[in-house]
Amino acid sequence: MKTWKIAALMLSVAAPGAAFATELEVTHWWTSGGEAAAVGELAKAFDASGDKWIDGAIAGSGGTARPIMISRITGGDPMGATQFNHGQQALELVQAGLMQDITDVAEANNWAEVIFPKSLLEACTVDGKVYCAPVNIHSPEWLWLSNKVYEDIGIPVPTNWDEFVASAPQVEAAGKIPLALGNQSWQSNLAFGALAIAIGGIDLWKEINVNKNMEAAAGPEMLKVFVAAADARKLAAKSTVQDWNQATNLVITDQAAGQIMGDWAQGEFQVAGEVAGKDYTCLPGMGVNEYISTGGDAFYFPLNADPEITAAQKRLAALLVSPEVQVAFNLKKGSLPIRGDVDLSAANDCMNKGLAILAKGNILPGGDMVWSPDVQTQLGDLQVEFWKSQDMTAEAAQAQYVAILSAGL
Amino acid sequence: MGDATAAMSGPSGAKPRRRLSGRNIMVYGILIVMCMYYILPLWVMVMTSLKGMPEIRLGNIFAPPVEITFQPWVKAWSEACTGLNCDGLSRGFWNSVQILIPSVFLSIAVASVNGYALVNWRFKGSDLFFTILIFGSFIPYQVMLYPIVILLREMGLYGGLWGLVLVHTVFGMPILTLLFRNYFSSIPEELFKAARVDGAGFWGIYFRIMMPMSLPIFVVAMILQVTGIWNDFLFGVVFTKPDVYPMTVQLNNIVNSVQGVKEYNVNMAATMLTGLVPLVIYFISGKLFVRGIAAGAVKG
Amino acid sequence: MASTVRGNRWIRNLNSKIAALPMVITTMVVFVGGTIWTVVYSFTNSKLLPREEFVGFAQYERLWSNSRWLQSIENLAVYGIFALIFTIVVGFVLAVLMDQKIRYEDAFRTIMLYPFALSFIVTGLVWQWILNPEFGLQSIVRSMGWDNFVFDPLYNPDIVMYGLLIAGLWQGTGFIMCIMLAGLRGIDEDIWKATRVDGIPTWKTYIVVIIPMMRPVFITVLVLVTAGIIKLYDLVVAQTSGGPGLASQVPAMYVYDYLFTAQNLGQGLAASTMMLVSVLVVLIPWAYLEFGGKKHG
Repeated sequence: MKTWKIAALMLSVAAPGAAFATELEVTHWWTSGGEAAAVGELAKAFDASGDKWIDGAIAGSGGTARPIMISRITGGDPMGATQFNHGQQALELVQAGLMQDITDVAEANNWAEVIFPKSLLEACTVDGKVYCAPVNIHSPEWLWLSNKVYEDIGIPVPTNWDEFVASAPQVEAAGKIPLALGNQSWQSNLAFGALAIAIGGIDLWKEINVNKNMEAAAGPEMLKVFVAAADARKLAAKSTVQDWNQATNLVITDQAAGQIMGDWAQGEFQVAGEVAGKDYTCLPGMGVNEYISTGGDAFYFPLNADPEITAAQKRLAALLVSPEVQVAFNLKKGSLPIRGDVDLSAANDCMNKGLAILAKGNILPGGDMVWSPDVQTQLGDLQVEFWKSQDMTAEAAQAQYVAILSAGL
Repeated sequence: MGDATAAMSGPSGAKPRRRLSGRNIMVYGILIVMCMYYILPLWVMVMTSLKGMPEIRLGNIFAPPVEITFQPWVKAWSEACTGLNCDGLSRGFWNSVQILIPSVFLSIAVASVNGYALVNWRFKGSDLFFTILIFGSFIPYQVMLYPIVILLREMGLYGGLWGLVLVHTVFGMPILTLLFRNYFSSIPEELFKAARVDGAGFWGIYFRIMMPMSLPIFVVAMILQVTGIWNDFLFGVVFTKPDVYPMTVQLNNIVNSVQGVKEYNVNMAATMLTGLVPLVIYFISGKLFVRGIAAGAVKG
Repeated sequence: MASTVRGNRWIRNLNSKIAALPMVITTMVVFVGGTIWTVVYSFTNSKLLPREEFVGFAQYERLWSNSRWLQSIENLAVYGIFALIFTIVVGFVLAVLMDQKIRYEDAFRTIMLYPFALSFIVTGLVWQWILNPEFGLQSIVRSMGWDNFVFDPLYNPDIVMYGLLIAGLWQGTGFIMCIMLAGLRGIDEDIWKATRVDGIPTWKTYIVVIIPMMRPVFITVLVLVTAGIIKLYDLVVAQTSGGPGLASQVPAMYVYDYLFTAQNLGQGLAASTMMLVSVLVVLIPWAYLEFGGKKHG
């Protein structure tokens, strides 16, 4: 059996005819149609440069793929490169000395200048050294609306969150769900995060999440956000779905008026044949404060004893940030590029709105960058309890919110 | 083994009476009602897997497809992409078979001999070890992930097929040992003693008496292990490399994609395709199952 | 003299000891070792990687003041009691029915077992659909005329655990039936002949004679079902994600979320230690009853 496997392995290596290429196993959780196509662009570029991309796709970011990646790295048999959300997720692996320092690649390719927004590179930097290559930006603070629901009622499509709330009674009277919201905790957390920026404003958000001012978190301005969320949960009371895309489907099929979801939702609208501006409307930053926070994905390179693999890792890192790869990848992925100097003329309506905001520099760091995964999980627990149980008061939720943040300082 | 089973007769329940007696109507009635409960989700799965996505969005999950399409099945088997490799479940099929056969064989062999030793050849401390083993069946696998990784690394088995087989054997041991121990303990002790008097040893009694008499429990153990190992995802992906990933990695990738469009029809088809192997084994093993243990064989 | 006796004691039963060697190694290294590892690191503030920074009972204090954890235990208790009773009763009744020399036994058994072969991710999804009030059973019954029919277990916090139970039983009872059936087939035909001669009714034979004889099988089933209940995870994730709110959270989900998603190893291991302790509380008295009275050898 063993010899058979070795033979199969040799065949698979020999087949592309690149016998001297360095093989690099890359693990990631991009497995759906558009994601896989986007990864295909990365692999194509890498293979074209003379190396060989060995694909290790494992779907399901949090509970599924991450323990596997961490096991492989700590098991002393690491992959060549691996995806993480940039920020605090991989911090400890870096600190434990398990990740390759790619500062020389960053300097040689002038990442400090070209990567925009700068917070992305900062999230990859630990003690002045660069450990990851950012590849894209995803922003969660979008309000998606069904135009048809509003046409049927005979009122204009809301242009911001306040109008959306004001229109809700009419939507409800027409037998529709005002706000679609899936049952999973991260979705409640995402909706709250969007509301925090829309209602509380940028300064308050930064004060709490960047400057970690706990008095601001406990203050009356933040309470307004919780009160707004308490109102919003009433709008979502009739939403009986689990997954975010089931919730999006309620908007697509005009059973619900709107959904708060990240920019990845537009993929669902596109596949269903809907046109931005005509069938649906997207409001970045909920139409109130046109700010988006910049989460996203990055590749890390586990430390390897084989110098050839180390060299290939650095070649891949340089490649991921290069302009051509950035354009090809992000057009397929539907996300925003990590550098401002590339041309994305093929982008659609909603993506262009995102690009414009990005160009203006109206950006905030993503939640993964400012809080640890531990805090994020607890916030998710709190928000899902708050959003789904109609009797938890805004004050009680805020008190717990402050307690979780304080413990996570 | 053939001779021994041939001597055994069928089910041991009360003798059947007239075809259409009230009792028979009740027996079949309950079974059929229960089967409807078991089949209902299957019906939904089959129907969904035969629909196109636009029809699924309309949302009547029980309705048969207006337009039957086998595309989801084709896609699940040979076209669905997991990352770069767009060859569906077929990619990992043989890998799964290669993992399945040694793992099932070794885990059942070890556990059945172990259960036999625990019943008929007790030694000091055997009960203690057995109790710890039962305790082990309650430990969630995921909690043990990091210690096992370190253990296999130190043993030099990390990343290979035999490391994985070993892990399956270890985690299958508690329940399987319990299964065999409790079954063997219901076999009359006189039989064992008689064989001892005839001069049979540890292995002789195991192969000539215990094994042939315990076919149904071997079938149950096989059902359990085939299902568990065939459907295992976590161990298969942690302890192997991409080129030997089992089929469940592809299944997970098809079914569990977080972002992007969920193709429910392909998900359903992929799930049923993956379940087919255990299903076939259930059906084949049924033949062994029907041959229960007859009184004559036990009493000699 | 003494040493040869001791030597003999080791050599006696040697084959059995060799056969049990895998078990001894597994229990000592993996289960005992792994449990010690779990307990030790539950007293640390390990995040992503195990670290020896001990923080006393801090993780446990946080655990027991966490509303999600407390609710998880309550939920599991409700699910566990019903799952245990229903799985064993339904499994046994089905096995008895299957043992009546029925026709198409293979077909019936395969139908009942098939759910066991399917991954939880998708079966959870299908049951989520069937129990969805908008397009599942409720809407079908309503469309048949009962306009006020309400059946939405997954969206009502008070009964969501029963919604999970419906799917859990669907998945697991077939296999329990198989074990019971194997046990029934192992019962001596002479027992049946004897009870028939004595004129004992069939149902009474099952309760008075057969069930006590199947005690080892019932213990197997009990352990199997209980272990499944304690490890209940995939089904909840697929069907309800622990919702609505926290109404269907279970301990295993808390453990995994904190181990891997939250990257808080210490907290996850503290929760898992509590689960293992509760298993021990049940297991030690059982082992004492099972082995305490008997003589070894």
